[in-house]
Amino acid sequence: MAIDDLQTPVAPPAATALATGRGRRRRGRAGWAPVMFLGPFGVLFALFFLLPIGYAVYQSLLKVHVSGLGLGPGSTTTEFAGFSNYSQVFSDQSFVQGVGRVLLFGVVQIPVMLAFATVLALLLDSAVVRFRRFFRLVYFLPYGIPGVIAAILWSFLYLPGLSPVVATLQHAGFGTVNFLGANSTLWSIANIVTWEYTGYNMLIIYAGLQAIPADLYEAARLDGASEWKVATRVKLPMVSGALVLTGIFSIIGTLQLFSEPQVLRAITNNIGSSYTPNLLGFTQAFTANNPNYAAAIAVVLAVGTFILSFGFLKLIQRRGAGA
Amino acid sequence: MTAVPAGARLSRRARSRAQAAPKVGRSGILATAFLFVCAVYFLLPAWWLVVSSTKGPSTLYSSEGFWFSQFRFASNLTGLFSYDGGIYWHWLANTLLYAGVGAAGATFLAAAAGYALAKYDFRGRQLVFSVILGGVLVPGTALALPLYLLMSKVGLTNTYWAVFLPSLVSPFGVYLARVYAEASIPNELLEAGRIDGAGEGRIFRTVALRIMSPALVTMFLFQFVAIWNNFFLPLVMLSNTSLYPVTLGLYTWNNEYGQAPQLVSYVVIGSLISVIPLVIAFLSLQRFWRSGLAAGGVKL
Repeated sequence: MAIDDLQTPVAPPAATALATGRGRRRRGRAGWAPVMFLGPFGVLFALFFLLPIGYAVYQSLLKVHVSGLGLGPGSTTTEFAGFSNYSQVFSDQSFVQGVGRVLLFGVVQIPVMLAFATVLALLLDSAVVRFRRFFRLVYFLPYGIPGVIAAILWSFLYLPGLSPVVATLQHAGFGTVNFLGANSTLWSIANIVTWEYTGYNMLIIYAGLQAIPADLYEAARLDGASEWKVATRVKLPMVSGALVLTGIFSIIGTLQLFSEPQVLRAITNNIGSSYTPNLLGFTQAFTANNPNYAAAIAVVLAVGTFILSFGFLKLIQRRGAGA
Repeated sequence: MTAVPAGARLSRRARSRAQAAPKVGRSGILATAFLFVCAVYFLLPAWWLVVSSTKGPSTLYSSEGFWFSQFRFASNLTGLFSYDGGIYWHWLANTLLYAGVGAAGATFLAAAAGYALAKYDFRGRQLVFSVILGGVLVPGTALALPLYLLMSKVGLTNTYWAVFLPSLVSPFGVYLARVYAEASIPNELLEAGRIDGAGEGRIFRTVALRIMSPALVTMFLFQFVAIWNNFFLPLVMLSNTSLYPVTLGLYTWNNEYGQAPQLVSYVVIGSLISVIPLVIAFLSLQRFWRSGLAAGGVKL
């Protein structure tokens, strides 16, 4: 809630008018109109969001039992299995390792990317820099490239024998840099994600900076605050809402990590079929033909994502309230 | 060693000058140089893509990667569009259908829902909004697998519908629409329409949608990117290559170029061709991104 308070000077006047009783009384008495407007979206939302979630939970509670050789009709039976798929998920070594991997990835990549995006946004917002429009366009450009194509593109830049980056580093005396080694692959993926989303996050933060009223800076400068102090004491707190938003989107994205490792699997053996939790779920559903187990993985992942992003939001809000 | 404090003093003076009247001082030059280095990082892969799209499969490996060699752009292009019976055309058209038509439909549905949540009082309004907002936090990939199981129950896997229908749902669009409608549509205007005898549907179409149009562009762009980026859903749903979006098509080629070496050139030039329209649309519509992102970020 503290974040809301911080943003009040930026909120449009109409929004505050709505919060008063006068605005509220004027609404309503429209009968079926809200149903008519909400209906089409509501039906599709129920069919393609709520129903699959419910179905995943249902499927995750079932197990297929194979009798005999599993050939012919009637040799497999589906039974209610309680939470046994879930206990299997949590004791599955490859799942635990995959979760550990994406958490490590997130703990390093998200702060690096957001710090990078914040620095770029602050510099683009300051008056001293030239060619701001050009830079903004260039930084945002990778976001227009879909993740799969970005991953394909970078896979060429990682591939020894094809990559001009590897060749250039070799000429510069760094030896043969292996971007696809057992330890380096994860950070090569992190680089792809950083390349794709830094500009997008920068734009969110930049938009927040642009919404700060100029007289706030004037006041700070009259008090003798330096450019650095203005940035850290005035600008950063004012864009905390934007930073929280980028943080939550990044957490959701990281836990879902799939396309980039899936694409890079074509050129390296260091990405197994359970490299990330999503990759494991995909393998279980379509290669191991075990949809019930895959459903349990999907549910655990969705709940985990929800808890992490929601927890992050609450943590930030509480800290904001304390300060 | 005296140079260091001298430089520091100079830059401090430059900074104070910049405060008085924004001018490009020494710190400005340093900052611009830093931004330039960052620009190289963001541009280099794109530059490589442009350069490599002009090379044949053999020179791709043998020539200097960041500079032009034998110019084979035209033959790459004809090869790309004729390979496998011109399937690349299919992929482009499919992408336009999934992402373009899907995002347009999703925008309209989300605008109506967001408007209803912002401008009508009804029981359960807050609950409905909370459930939809929860939908923003549900990872798309978690939905893809149960969606596949459900779609196979009704025989819709491996059809256009399997990818198109789920793309029509944009909870984040509803959130943006609600925030925007709440802040920008005056109740007096709706009331005036009602006094004039206009129906609720007509007021929405003629008054609300027009006022919300900047937000609609943002919502469209967001959903377009979300669909275009959603690789998992078509990957699990589709097996017929002629239904693929361009991302999935290029991904399959990328996995096959070990067997068919000419494919590597097609992957390169195919990637370039597929992103050019989008990148142009993106960069030219950037101000809508900014306003939409600001609305989303500010209200959180």
